[in-house]
Amino acid sequence: MYTPDPSSPYFNPELETLSAEGLRALQSERLQQTVRRCMNAPFYQKKFAELGITPEDITSVDDVSKLPFTTKDDLREYYPFGFSCVPLRDCVRLHSSSGTTGNPTVVLHTQADLDAWAEAVARCLWMVGARPDDVFQNSAGYGMFTAGLGFQYGAERVGMLTVPAAAGNTLRQIKFIRDFGTSVLHAIPSYASRIYEVMNEQGVDPRRDTKLRVLCIGAEPHSEEQRRRIEENLGVKAYNSYGISEMMGPGVAFECQEQNGLHIWEDYFIVEIVDPVTLKPVPDGQLGELVLTTLRREAMPLLRYRTRDLTRILPGECPCGRHHVRLARLQGRSDDMIILKGVNIFPIQIEKILLQFKEIGTDYLITLETREGEGDVMNVDVEVNNVFTDDYATLQRLEREITRQLRDEILITPRVRLVPKGTLPVSDEKKAVRVRDLRKLF
Amino acid sequence: MTIRQVSIFIENQSGTLQKVLELIKRSQIQIIASTIADTADYGIYRIICNEPDRACLELKEAGVAVTISNVFAVELDNRPGGAADVVARFSEAGVGITYMYAFVIEGRGILIFRTNQVEEAEKVIAANGLHALTESELPLQY
Repeated sequence: MYTPDPSSPYFNPELETLSAEGLRALQSERLQQTVRRCMNAPFYQKKFAELGITPEDITSVDDVSKLPFTTKDDLREYYPFGFSCVPLRDCVRLHSSSGTTGNPTVVLHTQADLDAWAEAVARCLWMVGARPDDVFQNSAGYGMFTAGLGFQYGAERVGMLTVPAAAGNTLRQIKFIRDFGTSVLHAIPSYASRIYEVMNEQGVDPRRDTKLRVLCIGAEPHSEEQRRRIEENLGVKAYNSYGISEMMGPGVAFECQEQNGLHIWEDYFIVEIVDPVTLKPVPDGQLGELVLTTLRREAMPLLRYRTRDLTRILPGECPCGRHHVRLARLQGRSDDMIILKGVNIFPIQIEKILLQFKEIGTDYLITLETREGEGDVMNVDVEVNNVFTDDYATLQRLEREITRQLRDEILITPRVRLVPKGTLPVSDEKKAVRVRDLRKLF
Repeated sequence: MTIRQVSIFIENQSGTLQKVLELIKRSQIQIIASTIADTADYGIYRIICNEPDRACLELKEAGVAVTISNVFAVELDNRPGGAADVVARFSEAGVGITYMYAFVIEGRGILIFRTNQVEEAEKVIAANGLHALTESELPLQY
């Protein structure tokens, strides 16, 4: 570990400003190491045997296309430790994703993995102007949610005084921001807006009464206009963060001060954008699914992991001096995953719960909407079927029980509404519409 | 001693009640009494009619969530306090009433109520000489 130079725009000047050729050479070297390491994992042993390839077939970054893809389903199937490449005694941390069906996914870290993760986040924070003199407040949930500990260790690595405020309790967040002199804040965009609303109600002027100047936002879809409004309201510069728990969490990609695309650290990842149907690479600049191969992971390297996130690579050089490619703002998903308040939810999770209630039909409608003062919320409409009882109390109990079970599954409390049969919308091919996204991206 | 009541689940939205009534009209079923209470999102529309089984079937076929339940229809004395005196007999016997509504037909007051203690309610009716109407006693006008 070295000490970064506070006057430098780069946390790690050598690696951040490495030329494109330099990055390719480094990727080729690290890919070979990664592939050899993967041979310790039962999943990759099987895959390599099926494809008839050996680690010796991989000699440069161009050979990445010979490697098998890895999916979230694979991670679930080999739950909990089938992707581990080191003995468990060499691991020091485990993160597990909540928002999935069936088995959760598990990500293991050695101490070196955690150090590399912290550096990735530190580079991102440094890139947007955070320095050791800053006070960093993290309003992400801690625990299994990687944005909690991920930002914590990254901010500490920068050398900032770090406040693990965690999620919720907006009045306390505002008190901390004022009393501790928080200058860099991490929040999901809707929560940043909420903080501003509550500041307004409390007569707090963020420009006059706080030292806030940098805001890191991510984990939730938002428009450029929403970002500009948050910046205007809070008197900050807001930077987009991209993280994915299977890769580690936050720190995968981040905007620089140009605010034009998110640099993804190519000494950590090989980036491919593929057509989600044919799985063939698309030309630079074209929309496709982001596929990542890890280059610095010890405990659990992943080859060609399909993130399901749709984006494109921005062509051209960035004036900031970093040659790591830039991803455009994410454009959605190649599967049906819903991201609500930073939590990943699949409609199948909701369906699975609803099917357990014989009082309701099999049709349902998930509506995501933005509500004044509450931010983004989820409504779940379910159809009452013919065995309903002639009793309000029973119907209300049913609503409450469905709500409770859904909350236990998706970790967000939806508003459950019973509706009569035949009132849920049906699309053209008689296929039921399951999800409606009416969220305001401002 | 009980009569059949048709209970229909409807959304608390303009037009939904009309849709159900239109279906009942088309089936040529006569409504004798009905009641509806409001909640935030939905309501249960309860109907006493001349052909509850057919009403239920036709509504079901039209895709409406509907169920049949058994309720008591007790005749009241036509004087102030008539309902109070009847309800008093049930509460004295510890019979809980889930919901209740009343209507007047041919000068007779009829109290419709539902209870989960059907046997106890029947004992109260017999012991106090109350008159619980059967379906054939319901006054129908064609």
